[in-house]
This record gives sequence, C-alpha cells and structure tokens, in this order.
Amino acid sequence: MLTRAAECGKHARMASIAVDRTTTPRVSAIQGARRVGLVAAGIAAFWLLWEGYRWFGETVGITWPFPVNETTMPHIHDMLHALTLPLQPGGPPLIQLEWHWALFTMKEALLGFVLGGVIGFSLAVLLAHSIVLRRGLLPYIVVSQTVPILAIAPMVVVGLGTKGVTPWISVAVIAAYLTFFPVAVNTLRGLLSPRPADVELMRSYAADRRSVLWKLRFPTSLPFIFSALKISATASVVGAIIGETPASIQDGLGGAIVNFNQYYSTNPERLWATNIICALLGFLFFGAVVLAEHLILKRAPEHVA
Amino acid sequence: MSDQPAVAVKQVSKQFGAGVTALNGIDLDVQPREFVSLIGPSGCGKSTLLRIIGDLIEPSAGTVEVKGKSAHQARLDHDYGIVFQDAVLYDWRTVSKNIALPLELLRWGSEKRAQRVQDLLGLVELDGFEDNHPWQLSGGMQQRVSIARALSFEPSLLLMDEPFGALDEMTRERLNLELLRIWEATAAAIVFVTHSIAEAVFLSTRVVVMSARPGRVAAIVDVDLPHPRTVETREDPRFFELVTAVRDRLKTGEVAV
Repeated sequence: MLTRAAECGKHARMASIAVDRTTTPRVSAIQGARRVGLVAAGIAAFWLLWEGYRWFGETVGITWPFPVNETTMPHIHDMLHALTLPLQPGGPPLIQLEWHWALFTMKEALLGFVLGGVIGFSLAVLLAHSIVLRRGLLPYIVVSQTVPILAIAPMVVVGLGTKGVTPWISVAVIAAYLTFFPVAVNTLRGLLSPRPADVELMRSYAADRRSVLWKLRFPTSLPFIFSALKISATASVVGAIIGETPASIQDGLGGAIVNFNQYYSTNPERLWATNIICALLGFLFFGAVVLAEHLILKRAPEHVA
Repeated sequence: MSDQPAVAVKQVSKQFGAGVTALNGIDLDVQPREFVSLIGPSGCGKSTLLRIIGDLIEPSAGTVEVKGKSAHQARLDHDYGIVFQDAVLYDWRTVSKNIALPLELLRWGSEKRAQRVQDLLGLVELDGFEDNHPWQLSGGMQQRVSIARALSFEPSLLLMDEPFGALDEMTRERLNLELLRIWEATAAAIVFVTHSIAEAVFLSTRVVVMSARPGRVAAIVDVDLPHPRTVETREDPRFFELVTAVRDRLKTGEVAV
C-alpha cells in the first residue's frame, strides 16, 4: 500500500507538469514580444551608430580608414527614400524593381539551397557508412571549398550553358556549391553522434542499416543538420547573388549590384538600398530554417538552442 | 523444445586485448522462466557475460546457446529483450513510440502496435504518460519504459544489466516488486546483473556468485524463498540467511584469488 501512495505522488507531480505545459502559449507569446523588441532595439542601435559616426566623422573630418561623407556613408533615410523613387523619370519606383530582382534571386537561392541540402545529406549518409570513403573523399570535399567561388562560377555557367541549361539554373548550381558543404560536414558528424548504448540497443533488435539510419542516426543528427541549414540558408543567398555576376544575369539582385556599383559616385544610396534588400532576403531564408527547426525539433529543453 | 534450457553457456572465456582475462571457463544453464542473478565485485565480468549471452560481444572461446540456437541466431530471431543500466530511451520519441520501437522494426501494423503499447503501459503502470517525452519522466519511470520496451515483442529471455543501479533505494525496492509481478505475468526467463546482494536474493530463483581476475563462477546459491514475494519477504529470517550465504560466497571468492 505504501508503494502505491508513493506511486500516486509521482503521478500527481507529473500531472502538474502536464498542466503547466498548457500555459506555455502565453509564456511563448511574451517571449516572442520580447524577441521582437530586441530586434527593433538592435536595428535602432545600428541606425544610431551609423548616423552618429557619419555626423561625428563629418564634423571632425575623419579621413581614416575612409573619409566620411555623403558618398561613403549615405543617410539611412536616403537609402529608404531611394526605394520609393523611380530610376528613370516615369518608371516604377525602385522598390518595385527590387521586388522582382529579389524574387528572381530567391528562386535561384532556393533551388541552390535544396540542391545543396540534398547533395550534402546524401554525401553524409554515404560517408557515414564507409570508413574507406570517409578517408578517401572527405579531403577532396574540404578542398572543394578552398577554390574561390569566383573561379568556379564562370566555368559552371559556361559549362552548363553549352548543354543548354538556362543561366538561372547554373546560378542555382553555384549556390548549391556553397551550401552542400556545411550540410555534408555537419550531417556526417550528426550521423556518427549516437551514444554507443543507442547503437547497441538497435543491434540487440538485429535492426538493419536502413532502420538504424532512419530511426536512430537521422533523428540524432537533426540538431546538427539544422545548424548546417542555418549556415547554408544565408550562403545560398550569397551564392546566388555572386553567381549572377559571371552569368551576366540582369534580372536578379546580383545584376543590380553590379549595375549600381557603376553609378556609385552619383547614386550611392541605390547600391545601399539593394544591400538592404539582400540582407532581408538572407534574413528570410535564415528565419525560415529557424521556424522549421522550432516546429520539427521537440527535444529536452536544454537541447534546443 | 520446451525442455531446452533458455540459456546454455559452455566453457565461455573472454580476453580483452593482451592478457586481460575478463572471463575464464564459465558454465551456466538458465532454465525457461527462471530468474537468475549474476553478482560479484567490479571487474568480475558479469556484464561481459551478459553481453556475450546477448551476442553484443563475442566470446574468445566457448559457446552460448539460447533455446538451442547460437546466441547470434537468437539475436536475429528477436529471442531476447535487453534493459541497460541507463534507460537508453530515444529523446525524440514519446513514451509510446519508445515502447513501440522494436515493434516497428518487426513491422507490426500500427493498430496492433497501439494495442500492445496500451497493454504494456498498464503492465508497467504508466497509463496516461504515453505522450510524454523521456526527459519529462523520473529515472524510475524511464526505466519502466525501458522494461516495457524490452517486453514488447514477448521475448523468451530478458537480459538486464544493473537496471536499477542508478536509482535511489526506495524506487529500486518498488521496481523490484514490479519486476517480479511482470516476470510472473510473462513467460520470460531473466538474467539479471546486479551489485546488490539483497536485490539478487529478493528477485532470483538462483544467484550466481562470481569472482574477479579472472572472472569465473565462484558459487551458485539456490533461493528457496516462496513466491509470490512481497514486502514481507524482506523481513523473512530465511531471506537474511540467504543474504548472509551469498555474502559469504562473495568473500570466499575473494580469498580464493
């Protein structure tokens, strides 16, 4: 009877935890509001720093590391204002063009992100199952990332172009070249990270390799994969933007940057405005991965970073 | 088939690396439905023996048969369930899904699986916790999930490696009673590794006393305490006699080295 009583106590305690969990939406709403507040504060701080330095630099006459003036550091409100103005008289406002460029670059980056993710994951699965491949292939995978993207990009565009591949897909391939690496390396680490006892349990059930992969190694590697995807998310945007340069693509943000670069001395705020759009696109990709991580990973609280 | 021993260990030895003899010439039979404890000082190879029986490691010499088959074949046939000292639950799975893991691997249908999981939750008294995650449970509850998981596919042999070693004394005694109740409700034989003399005597039909360096069987003590065992069994004079007997065998084992 005594043991029963102890048992009941346990049940009651666990039940109260279960009740506590129903209040979490409100708690997470407060946390969410706090987070939004922090982001806003961060933006405000950056704004202040930028304009403060500009004002200070102009007043004192700073020349190092660069002279501070209208050209080197346009006002942030000028950048935003430039988004509302047309490039040519009678044309659409810049923001509308940026929107189309961003969509185009997003298409490239998204395909590159998916392509890189799939390739990186597949490579990691392959390497996780063979020490020989791991020893033989991993060095080359690492070396692949030391070759500058600017050297690879023209080869990819020209090479795939002769096969009749549309340029934007070539750009996606370049983005994939940047994104597969973190996914491959981190996933491999994750696939090899189950505790020995976890593996032994599977062995005691005589589980085949495929079951061990999908029921143990893959779930264990998910936190690693999400870390990698966060890096890849922004890298795919960067890859797409850079990839547009040698491809001479005019429809994306990369093309716009090259273009505005040439008119920097007269309209610096247009380049900066485009930079802001690029940053927002990167944030969008990053945020999507963070959101997916929150929805998919249900781990012990200390495991969720 | 039924008169075949659940486990037949013949002349099993195990060397690790150069000259480290973990086990030396072990002979041991476990009958169907028997509850056998392995007890001995650290380094006597009791966990190693358990792992050899479960085909998790291979012996350097000798043979192990489970129901007349090689240990390897028995593992492939899902003849045994194993419970480790840590519960070894998968964090990303709920309680139900952890229990159902071996059933998934055996390709049971989802309905049959759900039914079986419900029965097991009742057996280990965890009704209502099926959707909790392991990290929301106490250590004792986690270990009960682990036991339910090991029993899920009704193996004829249960291998338990100090399953209650990390738990506090009160939880351990409660789980001892539960384990006996579960054992009587199933058809499984149990091989149970422990450090605790009282636990070994309370649970077992036989206690195998092992000695260290090299690990070997020093003595086997038959436990003739009546079943079912209850809280009162621990007060029984015979219980104390047997505890003393096992303790003496452990001491002589040490002296003999």
